[in-house]
Amino acid sequence: MTDVSETLAAPIGVSVPRPGIERFTAGRGRYIDDLLLPRMAHIAFLRSPYAHARIKSIDSAAAAALPGVIRIFTAGDLEGVVTPWEAVISNLPGIKSAPQFPMAKERATWQGEVVAAVVAQSRAQAEDAADAIAVDWEELPPLTDMVTALDPATPVLHPDLGDNLCFRMDIDAGDAPGRIAGADIVVEESFRIHRQTVVPLEPRGLIADFNPGDGILTVHHSSQVPHIMQAVFARHFGVEEHRIRVIVPDVGGSFGLKIHVFGDEMTTIAVSKILGRPIKFIADRLESFTGDVHCRDHIVKAKIGMMSDGRIVGLEVDDLTGIGPYSVYPRSSGVEAMLVAIFSGSTYDLKDYKATARVVFQNKAPMCQLRGVGMPIACSVTEGMVDLVARKGGLDPVEVRRKNLIPDDAYPYETAAGMPFEGLSFQSSLEELVRIMDYDALCKERDAKREQDIYLGIGVSIYCEGTSPSPLVYGVGGAPITAQDACTVKLEPSGAVSAAVGVTDQGQGAAAILTQIIASAVGVPMDSVSMTLGDTGRTPYGGGTWASRATGIAGEAALRAGRTLRENLLKIAGALLQLSPDDLDIREGEILQRSDGSVRMTLAELGRIVHFQGTGLPIEGDPGVVATGHFSLRDAMFMYTNGAIGSLVQLDPDTGFIKPLKLWAVDDCGRPINPMLVDEQLRGGLANAVGCSLFEELSYDDDGQLQNGTLVDYLLPMAGEMPDMEIAHMATPTKKSFLGAKGVGEAGIIGGPGAILNAVNDALSPFGVHVTEQPYTPERILAALGRV
Amino acid sequence: MKPHDFDYVRPTELDQVFDLIERHGDDARILAGGQSLMPTLNMRLSAPALLIDINRIDALKGLSVEGDMLRIGALTRHVELEHSPEVARHAPLLTKAIRHVAHPAVRNRGTIGGSLSLADPAAELPACALALGATLVLRGRDGQRRVPANTFFVDLYETARGEKEVLEAVEVPLATSSDRFGFGELARRHGDFAMVGLAAAARMAGGTIERLRLAFFGIGNVPVLSSAADLAAGRPLDADLVEVLRGAVGETLDPTDNLQASAAMKKHLASVLVGRVLGDMME
Ligand SMILES: Cc1cc2nc3c(=O)[nH]c(=O)nc-3n(C[C@H](O)[C@H](O)[C@H](O)COP(=O)(O)OP(=O)(O)OC[C@H]3O[C@@H](n4cnc5c(N)ncnc54)[C@H](O)[C@@H]3O)c2cc1C
Repeated sequence: MTDVSETLAAPIGVSVPRPGIERFTAGRGRYIDDLLLPRMAHIAFLRSPYAHARIKSIDSAAAAALPGVIRIFTAGDLEGVVTPWEAVISNLPGIKSAPQFPMAKERATWQGEVVAAVVAQSRAQAEDAADAIAVDWEELPPLTDMVTALDPATPVLHPDLGDNLCFRMDIDAGDAPGRIAGADIVVEESFRIHRQTVVPLEPRGLIADFNPGDGILTVHHSSQVPHIMQAVFARHFGVEEHRIRVIVPDVGGSFGLKIHVFGDEMTTIAVSKILGRPIKFIADRLESFTGDVHCRDHIVKAKIGMMSDGRIVGLEVDDLTGIGPYSVYPRSSGVEAMLVAIFSGSTYDLKDYKATARVVFQNKAPMCQLRGVGMPIACSVTEGMVDLVARKGGLDPVEVRRKNLIPDDAYPYETAAGMPFEGLSFQSSLEELVRIMDYDALCKERDAKREQDIYLGIGVSIYCEGTSPSPLVYGVGGAPITAQDACTVKLEPSGAVSAAVGVTDQGQGAAAILTQIIASAVGVPMDSVSMTLGDTGRTPYGGGTWASRATGIAGEAALRAGRTLRENLLKIAGALLQLSPDDLDIREGEILQRSDGSVRMTLAELGRIVHFQGTGLPIEGDPGVVATGHFSLRDAMFMYTNGAIGSLVQLDPDTGFIKPLKLWAVDDCGRPINPMLVDEQLRGGLANAVGCSLFEELSYDDDGQLQNGTLVDYLLPMAGEMPDMEIAHMATPTKKSFLGAKGVGEAGIIGGPGAILNAVNDALSPFGVHVTEQPYTPERILAALGRV
Repeated sequence: MKPHDFDYVRPTELDQVFDLIERHGDDARILAGGQSLMPTLNMRLSAPALLIDINRIDALKGLSVEGDMLRIGALTRHVELEHSPEVARHAPLLTKAIRHVAHPAVRNRGTIGGSLSLADPAAELPACALALGATLVLRGRDGQRRVPANTFFVDLYETARGEKEVLEAVEVPLATSSDRFGFGELARRHGDFAMVGLAAAARMAGGTIERLRLAFFGIGNVPVLSSAADLAAGRPLDADLVEVLRGAVGETLDPTDNLQASAAMKKHLASVLVGRVLGDMME
């Protein structure tokens, strides 16, 4: 086989402009809402106005008589069409949840749960009718406080489950309590990370199109995971997988939202099955606030012990998270807490570690995995604690990290929680961060400014991330979630290459990355490669795009497919040219003779011969011009990546405002395929970090009513809130794949919040106070300062 | 969400507007820049049967100096205020304030008449009208009525405008060399409605203040003139005065809690703003 390094050459590793970006810049992308199908009807939902209430009766007679209304559905109408789901996976022992129906049956359990569906000729007519449905409600006491959810006096949300505990996990490695008790300096602190939601530019949406003529269900879906959805739909609609086609058109952002199963979407499919016509659902921004899944919502108690020389000897974390009334299908809502437990402290050489994670039910919108999944919590709690204990011990926070990080020469290394690290660069990433921040000079500047009552704060944070999950994360637990991807490439008669792979591109450039890989692997220019993504009818089976797996997993499959096709083409060319394939190479669509560098033929010539004149080619083994490569990570939960983030903020002690002035990132994503896109992922992740650290918080009142369900009150940061960001790279390729790419999609949101927290607390340090309740709003800062 | 069905008319004369208002009463709504009205329609918070688009009515447009007043037509867009040399010269407080209103896209459409008619308690322009001692010109079928800004804002989203009246213009006294203006607000994000804001106008006589107006917004149901400003009369605009006012202003305000700030925090921020805005005016 061709030396791997030859197939990892340019355009791999080059910041080429994204191929295919013009369709977006020219406004010619095609999203779900752009699709119009014959006889398509629209659906709108009536959602529960209460967090917890019994449905005594629903009267839709008046609504049904309104103009344009085709039919109105409630839970009972879907019986026999769709089965309920229960999001438990057996690799999270003991996790429990109750059967969930697409629409509330007898009882609504959160404000926003679907209660009735109206199908009409237009969405506006459907909304008019939804307004006209009369529901007779009996309000029930809502369970909103996660702290009291497990108290014996608290009513149980799902009586069949016995209590309000969804999942609990414990880790006890070494003797953390004992080591902390013997430490010179001990800090104990509690962190509150409030609920957030993700707001992709394009909300959720789908068109379900069941054709009773051939029994085929086609779902055009704004999704990250077409094959997973195909499997889910097969399970719950009684249609076999080969009769279900899920097609993902352009997707306008997602951030982990569009991998879950939602009642409104399942209702839309059920209704299409009943009516035998295409039904379109586009979530609007308002219903998205309570109809989407939320994320975070944690209270973490932590305890850390350090010796006076700066050695950290033990860490304990106790995470409590409230997930709404159901574990979310099909991944469950337990993985977020599991990752808090296994990733906390994981960057440090620490043998004595103890963690408890408890996941409880409540009457709020369901909470599940979004960008970063638990790891942002693990990182900001760990990094926040390291800074607090460093400050208490009078040591520089960078020095304390230098003393405690897992050394760069320690690999392979197994963490206290059992993660097998293959090769990471915590130490050199920190040193690179210190260099690009000019850390010492920055500290001097900060100290000088304090003399003039200008309060700058500097924070660093070290993170570890799990990407490209193996079957150990979901598949072994029974979820229909494949960890494997395959890519098929074929030579066209023109000499160009067409490729198909099951992952999706939701705007981040996954298609561009795969194009670069295939161009390099086969040896053709990028504009000779066309990509088909995200269509279960036209691509090999695959797990979709999340947890940075499009590059780490599908990218490797693409590399393998491309390399096999290259070998086959060389064999064919060798036979045609009467030369040894070993003396031939393919570059830029031309076949060269290695010994003298001469061009012997083009792929276009070869393509024509193979496709049109290929009878009786004297080639051993009859190599084809279609090749498929497969890849799945198998022997660990994740590929592990790492990096370091730096943050500079300014505190206004009179108003409590925090202004982010600068962010720095050093990330080690393995081999970068397109450094520009890597930078953009980091910037996007850091923008998320600014959002969750300083602005984003869903506020619920005691009745379980969301107080800020619009973009006026839910403060999403905008360009004006963003500081300058400087980015540098380390590259420690993984040995689990030829490609060596590990992924970068979540890095900024994982490492960023801890760095910002530490910068805020550094700025507050002259006043002798600190904050731990995220987001760090002016009101919380002023309260910490004792000024309000 | 989609708005309820509504009819839409775009008259070119005020008389047609009055006809429509008389015929449709409560079911009709005036549409100016649409930047506040359209979101409420889309959220189905209101469902008028008829929208009367006033954007083609010339009588509501234009900026002109009339006597010792700057007359600003109701349809003057925020972006026009922002860039108008007349406004910069004769009403510099508006030039300072308008940059804090929303984002360029919203300022391209939003109008001063819409902002004053809506009377959002956290909006900048109503407070500026108070600080400037502006007069609102209301036009009804039977003629004009002039209402001083300090009696125009009645309660939450409620003004002295009669149901059958249109806000025609706002008149602002021309700034003189004895006037000083200051503006400041604290908003969570660029372009947001303020948590608390302050529009200030001082008329100087020699080295001392003849009259000071401190108009706060984001405090309660309507923008308010703080009576603490009266303490300034006859005193120089200096650090001592600023200290006095910082201490006094909280007592004169009665803020309401909201998601961004508690009442106590608003009082605190109002005092901080007094220090900053008057500090700027001293320079
Ligand atoms: C994202 C966003 C951010 C914003 N941020 C701010 C901000 O920071 N500060 C701020 O002050 N505003 C802000 N606004 C509101 C904006 O300034 C509005 O444009 C303004 O408040 C209303 O002006 P309009 O011309 O758009 O009025 P419309 O929306 O057309 O009308 C508003 C109301 O006034 C009535 N009305 C309008 N004109 C007249 C008239 N001549 N006579 C009688 N009644 C009339 C209408 O019937 C309606 O009830 C924001 C808006 C948006 C969308």
